[in-house]
Amino acid sequence: MGTSAIEFRGVWKKFRRGEHFDSLRDFIPEMTRKLFFKGTNNGDLSKREFWALQNIDFSIGKGDVLGIIGPNGSGKSTILKLISGILQPSRGQLSIEGRISSLIEVGAGFHPDLTGRENIFLNATILGMKKEEIKRKYDDIVEFAGLEKFIDTPVKRYSSGMYARLGFSVAAHVDPDILLVDEVLSVGDLRFQEKCLKKMLSFRERGTTVIFISHNLEAVSILCPKTAFLINGVLQDIGDTGRIIGEYVSSTQVIEGSENTEARFEEIRLVSNDSVDVHVLDPSQKVYVRFKVSCDLPFDECLLGFLVYRKRDGLLICDYNFPLAALNSVNKAGRAKGCVEFHANLLRGSYSVTLHVQHEPSRKHLVWVRNAVHFSVEERISWNGVAHLAPRIVEQK
Amino acid sequence: MSESISGDHGVFKRRRRISSNYTQLIFALTQKDIRIKYKQSIMGFMWAIFMPMLIVFAGILVRKAISIATGRPLDMSVLASVSVKSLPWAFFIGSVRFATASLTGNINLVTKIYFPREVFPISAILSNLFDFAVALIPLTIFLFFIRLGISVHILWVPLIFGLLVVFTLGLGLFLSCANLYFRDVKYIVEAILTFGIFFTPVFYEAEMLGRWYFVVLLNPVGSLLEAINQAVVLRTSPDFLWLTYAGVMAVLTFMTAWIIFKRAEPTFAENI
Repeated sequence: MGTSAIEFRGVWKKFRRGEHFDSLRDFIPEMTRKLFFKGTNNGDLSKREFWALQNIDFSIGKGDVLGIIGPNGSGKSTILKLISGILQPSRGQLSIEGRISSLIEVGAGFHPDLTGRENIFLNATILGMKKEEIKRKYDDIVEFAGLEKFIDTPVKRYSSGMYARLGFSVAAHVDPDILLVDEVLSVGDLRFQEKCLKKMLSFRERGTTVIFISHNLEAVSILCPKTAFLINGVLQDIGDTGRIIGEYVSSTQVIEGSENTEARFEEIRLVSNDSVDVHVLDPSQKVYVRFKVSCDLPFDECLLGFLVYRKRDGLLICDYNFPLAALNSVNKAGRAKGCVEFHANLLRGSYSVTLHVQHEPSRKHLVWVRNAVHFSVEERISWNGVAHLAPRIVEQK
Repeated sequence: MSESISGDHGVFKRRRRISSNYTQLIFALTQKDIRIKYKQSIMGFMWAIFMPMLIVFAGILVRKAISIATGRPLDMSVLASVSVKSLPWAFFIGSVRFATASLTGNINLVTKIYFPREVFPISAILSNLFDFAVALIPLTIFLFFIRLGISVHILWVPLIFGLLVVFTLGLGLFLSCANLYFRDVKYIVEAILTFGIFFTPVFYEAEMLGRWYFVVLLNPVGSLLEAINQAVVLRTSPDFLWLTYAGVMAVLTFMTAWIIFKRAEPTFAENI
């Protein structure tokens, strides 16, 4: 095992679809069937089973931070549940070293009738803390959650935000060797989300091994140097976060257009000055969206649309149209290589670019490529906002 | 602190991880169970006394009816033995009922956080033990009040009651796990507990059944209750043979249940 904190070796996990036999009436026929026809064991799938994870192979060193991304139902949470021991693998081996704290769901151990104080002690014990440790950290936990005034109120009277804040706060104070985090940043207001993010960054600095699942790609790119990408229980790729997020986003790329579309995009890439693919940009960095476009209609009747969206909330940042005729390199097949040059005058966040071609006389959109490329901007100057105006403070003249 | 989990042909090895705060965990969950039981109730802990008292009153009524039917006067020692046996009985049925639902009632914890699952039935039983301890206070006062003497044989009680707890733990472990797979179990348990009082010598003594006395003693709870009665009220040493039988049954039940529980535990989260 050496220095790896978590190691998956060919791990498979299957689940059953539909209802399990919930009463004896269903169970007896099932059992007799198994007795007479020798029920299948771990290796194979029966009719109602499916693989939730297939041949997962990876390892994480101590102190590493790994993000896991993928669409819903791709097996992200199943991986966390296997690591935490809630589930057992159907096949394969996994080894874990260290004390685990998991935030699979914030406040999972809370009882609605108990007060905030009582729940802190209960939940922290469940998460593996000792009584003296809890007493020592109690004030920090309450302060972090910002619930000083309501700590003696039963949590059933809490708002869902308060509930989640307390849940995160308890789990974040456990001080584990391995921290498993499943989509917890989606709760609480923006200010609390920032607080959570900072807390998670402090875990990273302290050398805690962290596995972080989120649909918030921005948070993943801030927190995790390395990311794994899952689809349908199959590990697609694992590696540098910027690259993996790019892969994930391009897997969500949607091309819209009529069947025998009159225009096509190919080889869309986001590159820097020196023609290297980029995913993480600095504010005001100059980048290029390169593409090959082909169009059956005359280029001088067509417009190229260039739209940038912020991924967090779908905010449309810009919507420009350029004449396609500006591309001089049209060959006989009606194909041209082009690129859109722009400055990423944006603040921290993740963004996606959509391209389309419009036929001007008929006002018809020939093709749309949503999420054509993806990038995130990293900076530490401003926490909120969209546009990077490069402001300075100076003496009055 | 390392562990290896391997799914090949259902073989897995795992070293206990939370052992350091294992007892604190059981204690915290017990405390939770106790707190929740009496939250938002006016009588609070008085309920712990009220429930067994109901059983005692029912028992006294039954014995009064028997004494009228047989024409024999109702002796104070009869009242004493009905109360002395009712309390452990109340503990037993409360524990079994509570423990049976302990895993399915904590579905959130079972599917979201890992820790040894046996702490659920164990803490369910411990919280009933707390109720038992509360109810012990009025019982002691009552026994003192009717001037029931005390003898060295009372020293048997911790052992006998300990065996009852072990037996209850065994049942609780098995039933909580069975109920997780099949919800029928809780209905079966409910039915058996409701009528169990007729099959167990709580309101009556085993010897009242004549030569069929052994039938009710085959139930370990029956023989343990009789043993408690002998040690406390009759102030003799308990029937050694039946006590040994009950002890062996209790330990065997517990061990079997433990093994079954631990075998089934890894699949709890996906079958609940």
